[in-house]
Amino acid sequence: MNVTRRKLLILLPAAAVAWEYVLARAPESSPNYNAAEHWWGMLLDITKCIGCGSCVRACQLENHVPDAYYRTWVERYIVQEWGFEHLSVDSPNGGKDGFPATPDGEGKSFFVPKLCNHCADSPCTQVCPVGATFVSPDGVVLVDKKYCLGCRYCIQACPYGCRFLNPETHTAEKCSLCYHRINKGLTTACCEVCPTGARQLADLKDPADPVHEFLKTHSVQVLKPHLATGAKAFYNGLDGSVR
Amino acid sequence: MNFDGFMYPNEVELQWSVLIVLYPFLTGLVAGAFILASLERVFLVEAVKPTYRLALLTALAFLLVAPLPLQLHLGHPERSLEMYLTPHRASAMAMFGFVYLWYLMAVLLVEIWLDYRKDIVLIMQSSRGLKSWVYRAMTLGSTNISDGALQVDSRAGWLITLIGIPSAFLLHGYVGFIFGSVKANPWWSTPLMPVVFLFSAMVSGIAAVMLLYMLLTTIRRQEIDMRCVDTIARYLFYTFVVDFSLEMLDLIHRIYEADESFRSLDFMVHTRLFVSQVVIQIAAGTIVPLVLLALTQVFSLKPKLRKRIYILAGTLTLIGIFAMRWNVVIGGQLFSKSFLGYTTYKMGFVAREGLLTAVVLTLLPLVILWFLVSLLPPWPARHASVMSTRSPEQLTD
Repeated sequence: MNVTRRKLLILLPAAAVAWEYVLARAPESSPNYNAAEHWWGMLLDITKCIGCGSCVRACQLENHVPDAYYRTWVERYIVQEWGFEHLSVDSPNGGKDGFPATPDGEGKSFFVPKLCNHCADSPCTQVCPVGATFVSPDGVVLVDKKYCLGCRYCIQACPYGCRFLNPETHTAEKCSLCYHRINKGLTTACCEVCPTGARQLADLKDPADPVHEFLKTHSVQVLKPHLATGAKAFYNGLDGSVR
Repeated sequence: MNFDGFMYPNEVELQWSVLIVLYPFLTGLVAGAFILASLERVFLVEAVKPTYRLALLTALAFLLVAPLPLQLHLGHPERSLEMYLTPHRASAMAMFGFVYLWYLMAVLLVEIWLDYRKDIVLIMQSSRGLKSWVYRAMTLGSTNISDGALQVDSRAGWLITLIGIPSAFLLHGYVGFIFGSVKANPWWSTPLMPVVFLFSAMVSGIAAVMLLYMLLTTIRRQEIDMRCVDTIARYLFYTFVVDFSLEMLDLIHRIYEADESFRSLDFMVHTRLFVSQVVIQIAAGTIVPLVLLALTQVFSLKPKLRKRIYILAGTLTLIGIFAMRWNVVIGGQLFSKSFLGYTTYKMGFVAREGLLTAVVLTLLPLVILWFLVSLLPPWPARHASVMSTRSPEQLTD
């Protein structure tokens, strides 16, 4: 191959930029994005969720999620009194098309949006036999679909039911926290469309992010805290009956 | 809708099929058969000697097939080598490849080769043409069968068996760990799981070799060595008692502790798992064979009756252990991790992960065993005829 002086001058800066990312070993695609400066999570406010299903629809469109599989979904809890015996839960079509009317006099009802908790100590990444699923330097649990074997051990290991095997790619799939958007300074598709602001992307390393003020002043909880997964989906107004 | 109550939407579809049930069943037979073989070699239980070589070949036949169900189950089987090339060290499953290779290459093949080396050389020398070349290749160039060389073989074989026992424990204990370490699933998550898997492996392997020995001896129209099968049955009984005790300990612990998952799991055992767990695994597959084996220990029964009891008890044991694997693998996926609902497993027939595939994969080790027995006869009679054709001086290089 003949490389002229002109071609070399064009190639060198490009190679230098590429090499920086090789050294950083970070899955970054945006030149101005520094993964080390972020630590992503999400704030979900149950008191604001109206169960409209916009988030589920937006996620399916944005991420080409196959029908009957869910990167995010909404559950409706109807709790009469306390404990297992006195509650009913449903999520028709993952809440994609909203919910039928809640019967009167059945007790309190509320909606719980669910997605990957992007756990800091994620059991799903621990069990992957080839490391095809991993926690990115900015705290997002991702799957490399060009590397995944499709053994489904990670699906078994997720306590929250957030993973599935994509029937087209035959690889494990889950919420990527719209990584292709957040590393360009955008928010996730689900947060973008939420009409009540019940879902908010949270950068736990950014002191200017309002999530810090919210966490300081509200009682927030994560799902299944006893499993010590380091979940980063923080719920405001989470009822004890929610699993 | 094929579920009751509430499942997380992605949970409705079961992830691990009957093939994943087969995988611990097959590796269990390997570990159990090897441990039975080691009884003679390391612990000098002379009575089980007639099954020593058969047990080794059985272990090899099942070990060769063990990865196939996993391979068929993968979404991308062509990427499976990545487990060797770029293993994720934190993953229990990643280590399977290495434990498997270690067991196959460093233990089982070496031990079989050392034990059969003399026979291989003798057959090579007494045959012609292609057969001679096949056995010549199997000697790996080592044709010295002088007393001194055979003594070295014997000592090396003993050492390999000694290493092989913890390796067999590792092979199957680790399979239990794959399930036992999943904290998301309370049906699986218990430190007892590797121990239970190990003892149930020993039970199934011992039962399988006992049945195979009786079957093959009958086919060969030879007399069954009752001292041998009585000893194997005694070991089967003892191991089974330990296995059953461990399983009951796990059950009693769960019932007494009754944590947040208990109601859900209890409901499952009383409904969707009732037949496979209570009827097949516990009643028909454990209590009945244990009582039958206990009868042979307590009463002095006639050989003919004892044989029948051993055949019945061995068969029921294998069915029971298969049911145990089923209840662990499939049972662990029938309930929602929300503990609010239950799904069902629908097994296809002619499908990649269907019943037909499972049946073929169960029978395949027996075909391989038939081939191995033809290639490397475990019976002493054949050697005698070979031996008689040449004098020892001619046989030594």
